[in-house]
Amino acid sequence: MIINYFVEKYNTFDGFFGNYFFENHINQQKIFKKPQFFFDKGLTSNKMKGIIIMIEFIKAGKLMAKFYSEKIAMRERIGRLKDNLFKKMPEIESARAKLITESYKTTEGEPMITRRAKAFLHIMQYLPITIRDEELIVGSTTLAPRGCQTYPEFSYEWLESEFDTVATRTADPFYISEQAKKEIAEADKYWKGKTTSELATAYMAPETIRAINHNMFTPGNYFYNGVGHVTVHYDWVLAVGFKGIAEKAKKALSEVNFGDADCAKRTHFLNAVIMSCEAAVIYAKRYAALAREMAFKETNAARKAELETIAQNCENVPENGARTFWEACQAFWFVQQLLQIESSGHSISPGRFDQYMYPYYKKDLDAGKITRDDAQELIDCIWVKLNDLNKCRDAASAEGFAGYSLFQNLIVGGQNADGLDVTNDLSFMCINASMHVLMPQPSLSIRVWNNSPHELLMHAAELTRTGVGLPAYYNDEVIIPSLMSRGLTLQDAREYNIIGCVEPQKSGKTEGWHDAAFFNMCRPLELVFSDGMDKGELVGIHTGDVAQMQTFEEFYDAYKKQMNYAISLLVNADNAIDVAHAERCPLPFLSGMIEDCIGRGKPVQEGGAIYNFTGPQGFGIANMADSLYAIKTLVFDEKKVTLAQFRDALKENYGKGVDAQKAEKVVAEVVKELTAAGKKISAAEITAAVTELVGSSSKYDALLEMIEAVPKFGNDNEEVDAFARDVAYTYTRPLEKYKNPRGGQFQAGLYPVSANVPLGAQTGATPDGRLAGKPVADGVSPSAGKDVNGPTAAANSVARLDHYIASNGTLFNQKFHPSALSGRQGLENFVALIRSYFDQKGSHMQFNVVSRETLLDAQKYPEKYKHLVVRVAGYSAFFTTLSRSLQDDIINRTEQGL
Amino acid sequence: MAENYLDTKGRIFDIQRFSIHDGKGIRTIVFLKGCVLRCKWCCNPESQEYKIQTMMVQGKPKTIGRDVTVREVLETVVKDRPYYRRSSGGMTLSGGESLCQPEFCTALLRGAKELGITTALESMACADYSVIEKILPYLDQYLMDIKHTDPQKHKEFTGKSNELMMENARKVAASGATELIIRVPVIPTFNATESEIEGIAKFAASLPGVKKLHLLPYHRLGQDKYDGLGRTYEMKHIVPPTTEEMNKLLRAAQRVSGLDCQIGG
Repeated sequence: MIINYFVEKYNTFDGFFGNYFFENHINQQKIFKKPQFFFDKGLTSNKMKGIIIMIEFIKAGKLMAKFYSEKIAMRERIGRLKDNLFKKMPEIESARAKLITESYKTTEGEPMITRRAKAFLHIMQYLPITIRDEELIVGSTTLAPRGCQTYPEFSYEWLESEFDTVATRTADPFYISEQAKKEIAEADKYWKGKTTSELATAYMAPETIRAINHNMFTPGNYFYNGVGHVTVHYDWVLAVGFKGIAEKAKKALSEVNFGDADCAKRTHFLNAVIMSCEAAVIYAKRYAALAREMAFKETNAARKAELETIAQNCENVPENGARTFWEACQAFWFVQQLLQIESSGHSISPGRFDQYMYPYYKKDLDAGKITRDDAQELIDCIWVKLNDLNKCRDAASAEGFAGYSLFQNLIVGGQNADGLDVTNDLSFMCINASMHVLMPQPSLSIRVWNNSPHELLMHAAELTRTGVGLPAYYNDEVIIPSLMSRGLTLQDAREYNIIGCVEPQKSGKTEGWHDAAFFNMCRPLELVFSDGMDKGELVGIHTGDVAQMQTFEEFYDAYKKQMNYAISLLVNADNAIDVAHAERCPLPFLSGMIEDCIGRGKPVQEGGAIYNFTGPQGFGIANMADSLYAIKTLVFDEKKVTLAQFRDALKENYGKGVDAQKAEKVVAEVVKELTAAGKKISAAEITAAVTELVGSSSKYDALLEMIEAVPKFGNDNEEVDAFARDVAYTYTRPLEKYKNPRGGQFQAGLYPVSANVPLGAQTGATPDGRLAGKPVADGVSPSAGKDVNGPTAAANSVARLDHYIASNGTLFNQKFHPSALSGRQGLENFVALIRSYFDQKGSHMQFNVVSRETLLDAQKYPEKYKHLVVRVAGYSAFFTTLSRSLQDDIINRTEQGL
Repeated sequence: MAENYLDTKGRIFDIQRFSIHDGKGIRTIVFLKGCVLRCKWCCNPESQEYKIQTMMVQGKPKTIGRDVTVREVLETVVKDRPYYRRSSGGMTLSGGESLCQPEFCTALLRGAKELGITTALESMACADYSVIEKILPYLDQYLMDIKHTDPQKHKEFTGKSNELMMENARKVAASGATELIIRVPVIPTFNATESEIEGIAKFAASLPGVKKLHLLPYHRLGQDKYDGLGRTYEMKHIVPPTTEEMNKLLRAAQRVSGLDCQIGG
């Protein structure tokens, strides 16, 4: 209770004043009317201070709160843990690749689920372990901080071909030792023809493969990697441990009849779950032994005691239920870490941490076993650990997911199954933790609804103001009905959390495949202009000569036809990959923590989960809305331009050279070479020469000016916005009709992660005036710099899209200058802005609060800004680790406010 | 006939949405063109002339000023209603001096109130009181500039003496019809001394019902616009007051007035 705070801090409520306060604190008016009362009693200054603060509290409504919403100081340990993470660059280690290959070689011919469990057990037995200096929560996937293992069972060829460039590439570089290269290459020999990616390719239609090669969409995420994108039943492990889960599986096993049709598969699956549970316990006990050994050698008494407790913790959890908050934190961590050893899938999201951890916190706090400061330190330790995990992706994917991000989304606040707000102390402490560590993980999210406590949003806004790009805000009022429209029960929908970037689901019951592909909505429009052809091949379908189209409806219909065809290929790709995962990489450890795999006797990859979805995301809404609106206006309404002219302009990139980006690259290389040869020449001179070479002309400048004058999405123009809403339906509506092999349906998301930059580079000029190769608009946000009426206008426009149908999530970025959030009033206005966008049924909102000058300076002096975190898309990343083009994209997003 | 006032025409030069430093909450500011004063430090010099002008902005000519009806302005203002509701914001009229277009100003305020939107006015009160009296029923908050208490100095720096404005301030306060807040642009060489600020603060404190005083530090953000208009910026040599200086003046104002004083709007 908040009153304890005053007792602790100011010793104010002793004796008579205490009684007076207790009797009257409910009646705020009385206290305000009687300040003289306090003065008359000759209070000491310290007590007076307490009372003044108390009145401030009453004014802020905090005194009535059911939770402790004050900031808690960060302990020094956290700063040191954090520094240790950044001592050297992330490194690729070979241990897992070696171990899984060893195991697989001994299990040839056995059922795949059994081979997976045995491999997991082998890894748990022999993966090198380490306890880092001063850690309270232990469990490291790699010896080096922020290192990563490799997962050859999904794909491996890209890494071998990038061995020599992975340390020097611009996006997410990793160090790799010669020894590790040798060991990984040796292990990889085994995997030829055995990976999920190879099987997926075999399952895809030739038309699909062609479409992927022509950059219509990219399903690369699950093609190259594990799926991840899940929130498991952490609460089960906290309550009954892996022993309890194994017992449940054993009970199910005892109920299998020899005559059951699925007896064989069911039996093997359940045994695999049991073996995986035991493997996790073995791993934890190795840590217990290591901690004991270290404690024995430790000379510092305080650290010795810590290590002894760590040993006890790891001895008890995750085998059994947690007895203390510290054990609960440790058990949580093992689950979080081990899921990311079993598979390389990212976006393993802790979900509603403040809810499932609360009983353990409350129990220890009430029993006086722990102070809030102690609990905060443990949470902070977890936050640091979440940044210790890492993943190496192929160079192209690394651009799309830039910033070493694992998208471990953790959400606080919101409603329980009964529809009551369940914000608690931990909701605030999670925000504190993000404020303490100021690192990208976890991707902290806040659930907002009409009954969200104001102080929760104010607390969150303070975190936003730090510029770390966290938290993201989600609207219960949209997401709950949206999930119900996909078949979730009301109770389950109310308990949703967010996966990865922005994808809502019900934890412990869902295999959502939430990040199934990036679908570029601009590409089908290019195919309308080329009658389905791309670089000499038929990639779409024939929709006729664009120059002959007589009405806008005819043109729009051709776009829809190209869309529908491309969407069917996208589904073909995703389902091929889905089947490949089920056949080659079922995950028994994960499946033990998802309902109702044990009951159904099958892993999530085969439909063991209660809710099954596939959620590929479309992007480029703003570009397509602006493009189609420009064509409607200029060609059909005003008849100023013909479609043939548009076609030629697009083909010739509006006369601005073949590819502006390529030209830049060429210039950079030429300058480098000439400088190396000792010749002095400026980039400007070369640019002039190259521009002439690629033939820049002002031929289409008049057209560009006309396009510029057509209203754009993002400016609160109802007609354009309604148009954009309809354009979004060209993706969201056809998609929801498709089914996946796990018995679930497809659902659309509208967000690009950071792929709008690399995928924009593969997109030709668009009729909205965007030149070839330039980034497409991010998320559902307006095109960069096209929203000129400020943040409220942009938000109004974006809110006019149908966020309910995009049930796999939408993403709306806004960038603010710090001055917009200054002072208490600044925060109040900021919270009001979020509430107002949500009143209009927007689904998600996130913010970068950093000045343009700061970002430009960081480009110039990256070494000064190693810790500068910005919001990229559905996640935060270190600015200096992003590629130059993505940095530019962030800088160019309209800066709101002042 | 009742809705005719919505067709009232007036001249504005900008509508700025998501304004968060002028009045309570998230606001939309409508800038009316034309002013009676010629303050040397004015950061909106394009607001001073009533006539439509051309100003060079980043090398390109831009037309400043357009004639609009109240209905047209309110169509934009109403777009941010969700934000007003959540932040207790609303519409603010600024300028220029809005009172130079009395009918338009009154109709705008009235229209906003009819729509349930709260209103504020940034003004020097440099008009006949009969004009001010007409707007008061539609005005929730009057952010009134008091720049100096000395008529001579006022005239030297703004082109007009201050008697009328101070008299109007007394009358508005006495009417009790609106929340009156006194705002002081703090301009070095003009009024940025403790004694001058104290003078204004004392005057503000003498006005019945006034509770708040805002000290707005001089800034040079309008400087480029003078070039764009082909005018000379006379305040080039003036350096904006430092935070310490502003704090000193803030304390001085608090000391003599007992008002709730703050730096910035």
